[in-house]
Amino acid sequence: MPDNDVMISIKEVTKRFGNTVTAVDQVSIDIRPGEFFALLGPSGCGKTTLLRMIAGFELPSAGQILIDGQDMEGIAPNHRPINMVFQSYAVFPHMSVFDNVAYGLKVSGVPRAEIGPRVEESLDLVKLAGYGPRMPDQLSGGQRQRVALARALVKRPKVLLLDEPLSALDAKLREAMQLELVRLQHTVGITFIVVTHDQKEALSMANRIAVMEEGQVRQLASPAELYEAPNCRFVADFIGKTNLLQGRVGGLSGAQVLVQVEGIGPVPLSGDKEMRGEVGVAVRPEKMRLRGDGPAEDEVGIKGRVAEIAYFGEVSFVYLTDAQGRSLSVAVPNHKRTGGGAILTGQDHWCCWRPEDAILLPE
Amino acid sequence: MESWRRHPLVFWLINLPPTLWLVVFFLLPLSIIWVFSFGEKEGVIGINVTWTLANYVRAFDPLYLEIFTKSFWFAGITTFLCLVIGFPIAIFITFSPARWRPVLLLLIILPFWTNLLIRTYALIAVLRMRGYVNFTLEWFWEKANGVLLFLGLDNVALLGERFQPLELLYNNTAVVIGLVYVHLPFMVLPLYAALDRMDKSYLEASLDLGAGQFRTFFAVTVPLAKAGIISGLIITFIPALGSFLTPDLLGGTDSQMIANVIERQFKSANDWPFGAALSYLLMYITFFALAIRALMARGTSAMEAA
Amino acid sequence: MAARGLFKRRLGPLDYSRRWSLQLVFLASLVFLYVPILTLIAFSFNDSRRNIVWRGFTLKYYEKALGNSSLMEAFANSLTIALISTVISVILGAMVAILLWRFRFPGKAPLEGAMSLPIVIPEICMGVAMLAFFARIGWPTDLPWPLNLGAITIAHISFSFPFAAMVIRARLANFNRELEEAAKDLGASEWQTFRDILIPYMKPGLLAGGLLAFTLSLDDFVITFFTSGPDTVTFPVKVYSMVRFSVTPEVNAASTVLIVVTILLTTIAMWMQGRSEK
Repeated sequence: MPDNDVMISIKEVTKRFGNTVTAVDQVSIDIRPGEFFALLGPSGCGKTTLLRMIAGFELPSAGQILIDGQDMEGIAPNHRPINMVFQSYAVFPHMSVFDNVAYGLKVSGVPRAEIGPRVEESLDLVKLAGYGPRMPDQLSGGQRQRVALARALVKRPKVLLLDEPLSALDAKLREAMQLELVRLQHTVGITFIVVTHDQKEALSMANRIAVMEEGQVRQLASPAELYEAPNCRFVADFIGKTNLLQGRVGGLSGAQVLVQVEGIGPVPLSGDKEMRGEVGVAVRPEKMRLRGDGPAEDEVGIKGRVAEIAYFGEVSFVYLTDAQGRSLSVAVPNHKRTGGGAILTGQDHWCCWRPEDAILLPE
Repeated sequence: MESWRRHPLVFWLINLPPTLWLVVFFLLPLSIIWVFSFGEKEGVIGINVTWTLANYVRAFDPLYLEIFTKSFWFAGITTFLCLVIGFPIAIFITFSPARWRPVLLLLIILPFWTNLLIRTYALIAVLRMRGYVNFTLEWFWEKANGVLLFLGLDNVALLGERFQPLELLYNNTAVVIGLVYVHLPFMVLPLYAALDRMDKSYLEASLDLGAGQFRTFFAVTVPLAKAGIISGLIITFIPALGSFLTPDLLGGTDSQMIANVIERQFKSANDWPFGAALSYLLMYITFFALAIRALMARGTSAMEAA
Repeated sequence: MAARGLFKRRLGPLDYSRRWSLQLVFLASLVFLYVPILTLIAFSFNDSRRNIVWRGFTLKYYEKALGNSSLMEAFANSLTIALISTVISVILGAMVAILLWRFRFPGKAPLEGAMSLPIVIPEICMGVAMLAFFARIGWPTDLPWPLNLGAITIAHISFSFPFAAMVIRARLANFNRELEEAAKDLGASEWQTFRDILIPYMKPGLLAGGLLAFTLSLDDFVITFFTSGPDTVTFPVKVYSMVRFSVTPEVNAASTVLIVVTILLTTIAMWMQGRSEK
């Protein structure tokens, strides 16, 4: 019986290459219908291999993949109800835009009369109406990607797979295309699975993200949850910038854990009360404030010397080194055009934050 | 790239020796037989250049026209067989693990490094009446006969009274086998180069869009490898058409090709002007084939750039 | 679905190298390509003239081949011609390669076209042209060894050096010109740059070109056939005349030696090339 709440079910899937390399290691993920799902991770983490197993280009060494309740074991890529946008787009260079988009319909025996309107409709959807007779070498990179999208969507797949869809575009176009993809997904309403190594891309587009490392899913959560409540050092470090401090569980204080951080003293943090021994304390740079005269009442802080200031336009990152040699970064918003009370290198400042803004991480 | 004027001394120093060599020891010999091709035989060794076209006209004699047709036929079948055998080989190598590819390719090319005459000679030993192919067939025949004997069917003489060795040598089939044997690497190399260069995600995209393997092969692989296929066809066809040794050693009296006729004019028949005219006709055909290749390449290069 | 479960596909869609049909074609092709050569080698050690049934190991055909003075003479001729032809072909080929790679000059395209002619025209045409040429200019045929090999050697160089040029040029095409500029920037002269930067870079190409020229020369039958006289028989021409009569174990033995020489040289050259590229 197909489960209505699950479009793709990945069950304990493992992929080994040869005897030594395990690209995907017992991964289980359920993806819901209509979801914009992202597989995020550094290169070599197994995200692309996982996507290619869903598409049917790689076969799992173990485990099961179900699409809409149907086991994909033994089903060739051309018989799966999914379509893919390739990283290189793979727009056939010897066919016109129209023929590219029509190809998938032709090979699956869609009546000739139906092909024309459907191709036009699909080109319209990606804002390429009228481009049908063009050849791929007359298109820009962004347009070629739209052709790849139209070609996949025209088949009305249950799931659209996108392999690093924006990596070949320049920065400006990439941002526009992110919004475009989200709009497109709302319009067609099908499940999108996107593979990316760019955390900003994943955070801005996806409903849910699976962060992968070394073939395993480290955390599967919504963008906000991943950012505000990472469950391990890898995720905290990979998503956004973070200051990671070493600490030691000193005891409990009511509902909170008391963590001994060198140079600060015991800090009450909310988190898993079972944690013992060495732990990590992560604080995002924008959650920290620089103060000249020590932390406020509800804050804790570390005194450090400003080593470097990096200007990023909307914010500046101030890098400090404290007495223990730890490096800290603090984001200072540039509210005014002329920075009043400018921070200078060599000055001593307090990096202060409220304990509830810190995240407790297992060792 | 710089203008030769910036270093005229270096330019002339490296330009003159090879250019002079090419002119004196290559272009001059070719010009001599070009002139000869418009000459008339005079006595035993004399040639009188009268700028006659008789030698070229004579090439269109039914007798020689038939040999031209036959040569085209041999070279055509050879090229076709090389394509049919070479394509699966090229696909096999292209999709093998990367570290095996050079080895597999080398295995196909290595015989090419062996002397052509020795390879042809080796083929004779395999194909002749008392050669290994017939020997193997005879062994099977005897075994099969033994089985029949065992079954008590020997008196029916199902397989004939005695083993009849196949006549594999000194006929047209032997020439084609020999030509395929020699020219297979010519086909595999450009096909492999084209397939290797091709982005494999085109094939994946085609499969992903619902096309089966055969559909993908003919709708995507073949058009994208077109330049390599044409290259392979032509660089197999040209040497096959001009083959001398293979028909000479493996062929029968009726399997002579153009090159054999040319050789006869220059050796036993001693009619150099006619031989020269035939040589030039063969060269013109070659140039024509090369021109087709260049034209096709121009058409596909724009596409590959995309 | 049940049928799919029964016949479990264990191959990915692009795992063509693991499909048995393609493996079969590849294997059959290898058999086709190698069985003749390998049987030739094997039966050169066979103690039977009939060349068909294995009667035990022997080296006597090698002794016979060694004792056959005309065969040995032909062998020596072939090696001499190949060596001289290789040296001159590599020098001329390198000149062409540098010329076409480095300079812009009027008449470049026609020269490039002319240089590719020896590669593309049928061997038989070149053979008869050489025959006519040497007959016409009255090339002396009674010179002492090794000068009597001159005509054949010249013909071999004519078809080898454009091949060598092609290989060397392919190597040059990947040369990073900034290396040259860096050398000049550090104070090297034109000649020093050439000697210290370009030549070492070209070495694998020179080696590969040399190997190709050597093999082409050893391999050539057709062109040699038209330029050789009764006293200047090369190994392929000698084998040709022997093969016309019959298949004999001596020819097998001599051929085996030539095959081993070629494969050995190829392997050494590839090994050296591999080393120089590291």
